[in-house]
Amino acid sequence: MEIIGIIIVAIFVNNIVFSQFLGICPFLGVSKKIDTAIGMSAAVTFVITLSTLVTYLIQKGILENFGLEYLQTITFILVIASLVQMVEIIIKKISPPLYQALGVYLPLITTNCIILGVAILVIQKDFNLVESIVYAISTAIGYSMALLIFSSIREQLALTKVPKAMQGVPIALLTAGILAMAFMGFSGIDQVFK
Amino acid sequence: MRNNIKVLINGIIKENPIFVLLLGMCPTLATTSSALNGMSMGLATLFVLTCSNIAISLLKNLIPDMVRIPAFIVIIATFVTIVQMLMNAYLPSLADTLGIFIPLIVVNCIVLGRAESFASKNNVIPSLFDGLGIGIGFTLALTILGSLREFLGTGKIFSMTVYPENYGSLIFVLAPGAFIVLGYLIAIFNKLQKKTK
Repeated sequence: MEIIGIIIVAIFVNNIVFSQFLGICPFLGVSKKIDTAIGMSAAVTFVITLSTLVTYLIQKGILENFGLEYLQTITFILVIASLVQMVEIIIKKISPPLYQALGVYLPLITTNCIILGVAILVIQKDFNLVESIVYAISTAIGYSMALLIFSSIREQLALTKVPKAMQGVPIALLTAGILAMAFMGFSGIDQVFK
Repeated sequence: MRNNIKVLINGIIKENPIFVLLLGMCPTLATTSSALNGMSMGLATLFVLTCSNIAISLLKNLIPDMVRIPAFIVIIATFVTIVQMLMNAYLPSLADTLGIFIPLIVVNCIVLGRAESFASKNNVIPSLFDGLGIGIGFTLALTILGSLREFLGTGKIFSMTVYPENYGSLIFVLAPGAFIVLGYLIAIFNKLQKKTK
């Protein structure tokens, strides 16, 4: 029951984009076309799961054991940066088609605050290992969903006539605002799982 | 000196990180539910940006080109950790409201962007002014956005009542308001910039 609660809350109620404001830069950057949105979602899902697993083990196994919690920020960002590099090299070697699909997005992910954000959030929320992984995957699903909805709206938006000053990012932000209102409708569902 | 002032002004207006470069959107949207929160986040970033710019421009000849990005990230993360610890010690309530967005200054593209594009190529003094300029531009943008949202949502600016709270529409303090107010602000900035050209 608790696990289902975590999944629902992470995908709908506290959607990573619309209510937590993480990963906005790539959200605005790659959402012009559905294809790029799908590639980015896949890359984020892959890296977020892996990095949460590794940072969680490092936090519990090394940092907390030796009382080095204050090094959390530095350690996590370095681990994530090298992990992304490693994944890039491995994918390039093992599966060139997959690399073609995800390759461009991987370097962008290091500065995507979702990855570091989720790694820190699972520690703050005091999740155990299984909950952390579930939380990371559901967050990634929530992000992919937001990105897909948003990019399909933006493909339509490109065809409409918009006042000159509002073109591009401003109108995209207004659209995101209205979507965020829609997502506010989900608040309260989490009470069911308590 | 005149050049330095130019760099400073450039960061505030011509290359304003929020309204022109559109960088660092996450903290911008998330921490501007009130003018005070927005300003504090801006000042925290200003501190990190200035310090990392100084440190990187001092160390630029010692850092090998191959490992420059990881080295920059470690320097930035060090200053972020300093801010985080200071805030936890002296301003615990503020640290609570800003929450996860303090450690996330590390992945704020503005800081790494300035390190890579300015501090790693210039001397200490211009880098200092560049950090200050961009930092002030960021702080100003966050303060404006925070004040507007607080004003529209609760009728207050910096917790001083302007009109009764009942007339405010709470949506502007909540998540959707952040997107909508920022969207309009960028549109207005676009319009004004076109006029001055």
